[in-house]
Amino acid sequence: MMTAPSPTLSEDLVPAFARGTRLQHDRVRDQWIVQAPERAFLADPIAAEILRRVDGATSLEAIINSLAGAFSAPREVIAGDVLAMVASLAERQVLIWKA
Amino acid sequence: MEGMTAPPPMSLLAELTHRCPLQCPYCSNPLALEPKNNELSTEEWLRVLDEAAALGILQVHFSGGEPMARKDLPELVRHAARAGLYSNLITSGVLMDRDSLARLADAGLDHVQLSFQDADPKQAEIIGGMKGAQPRKIEAARLVVEDGMPLTLNFVIHRLNADRVPAMLDMAEELGARRVEIAHTQYYGWGLKNRAALLPTRHQLEATEKAVAEARERFGSRLAIDFVTPDYYADEPKPCMGGWGQRFLNITPSGRVLPCHAAETIPGVAFPTVREASLKDIWENSKLFQMFRGVDWMPEPCRSCDRKEIDWGGCRCQALALTGRADAADPVCRRSSDRGVVDAALSEINGTDSRASETFVYRRYGSGE
Repeated sequence: MMTAPSPTLSEDLVPAFARGTRLQHDRVRDQWIVQAPERAFLADPIAAEILRRVDGATSLEAIINSLAGAFSAPREVIAGDVLAMVASLAERQVLIWKA
Repeated sequence: MEGMTAPPPMSLLAELTHRCPLQCPYCSNPLALEPKNNELSTEEWLRVLDEAAALGILQVHFSGGEPMARKDLPELVRHAARAGLYSNLITSGVLMDRDSLARLADAGLDHVQLSFQDADPKQAEIIGGMKGAQPRKIEAARLVVEDGMPLTLNFVIHRLNADRVPAMLDMAEELGARRVEIAHTQYYGWGLKNRAALLPTRHQLEATEKAVAEARERFGSRLAIDFVTPDYYADEPKPCMGGWGQRFLNITPSGRVLPCHAAETIPGVAFPTVREASLKDIWENSKLFQMFRGVDWMPEPCRSCDRKEIDWGGCRCQALALTGRADAADPVCRRSSDRGVVDAALSEINGTDSRASETFVYRRYGSGE
């Protein structure tokens, strides 16, 4: 179920896709897509890299570390991108927080 | 003609049957309902779902009629899920119980859109024509929320229920819906036939807009509101279906493939069917889908309009129904020379001394055409 007013984002949080929402690779368009109730939207390459690491078990900290290992950008820049994106998707009920 | 390339479609409305226990006088089905023995078989639908996924469809909306009247619905949902399609059930809820929902959830159903005719049970019965429908719908909503599947409530708005939009929004909150659609009736097919009884007054429209704005403030992001206005009160037409043959296709119970659910009214063109051609061939090459795709077909005032790739000339079926020409500009548009027909309908409803009709022609399945 939905979480209460979203907590201040800490890297300890574990994001998960809400029921009825998922990331999916679309073979026809060769694009990552977020599927949600009554709408589907394209995930840009950065969003896709982040969302592919969302599995309901991995914390934001571990996701950020993994991205920092895979891409040559400062960790704090990556952390800023990740936190902003997951906050916005939680607001739109695409992601929830695991306890 | 091979020049016109079509993007892959996003969304399929699968109208599994026209059978339905309800009789709503604004039903989106055509006036001529399809008998059960013409319906596509399970095997035919399974093949169509595979073709849809291969063509690039992302979401399939199982609809009707009442799609739960089809015994094979869980099998179709399971197949859609395996093909990677996001599945949505558009239902009245009156045939849903704990077992039937469990079968659908187990098959991989992603989302339920549940229709209500009103927040007031008596008024809802006057519209739906089915006794005891409201408690069954409320029970269906509870079952879906209890299961954890996301739920959208859908309310079609018209003159007889517009005053209760605030109560409908409260109901969506109380039932634990994730989304609610407050969708004013669109006036073609059954809606057009019953327009004199359904079209809201300007005052009512403004009150619904206010109620929605207040609820958005109150709900924030926990309950999304999708508000559809009655285009008669607008100055510019809606971008119907996101453009003809651009994003959407509809398959009727007997397998005809249409760019929108009202397209069977268009004269002088054959309606392709999945029994005779593949979905891909129909989408890319059929005369019906090419007919109003893009902007090349447009006459004036659309041809030179700077909004032609925003609203795509509006709704073809509305243009046909109100002007007699499917390729005319949608007469909702202020730039259309036919806008007078829309204004005449509005002044009939908003006139000081007019008493508009409140008698419906109900959409009854099996009562003959």
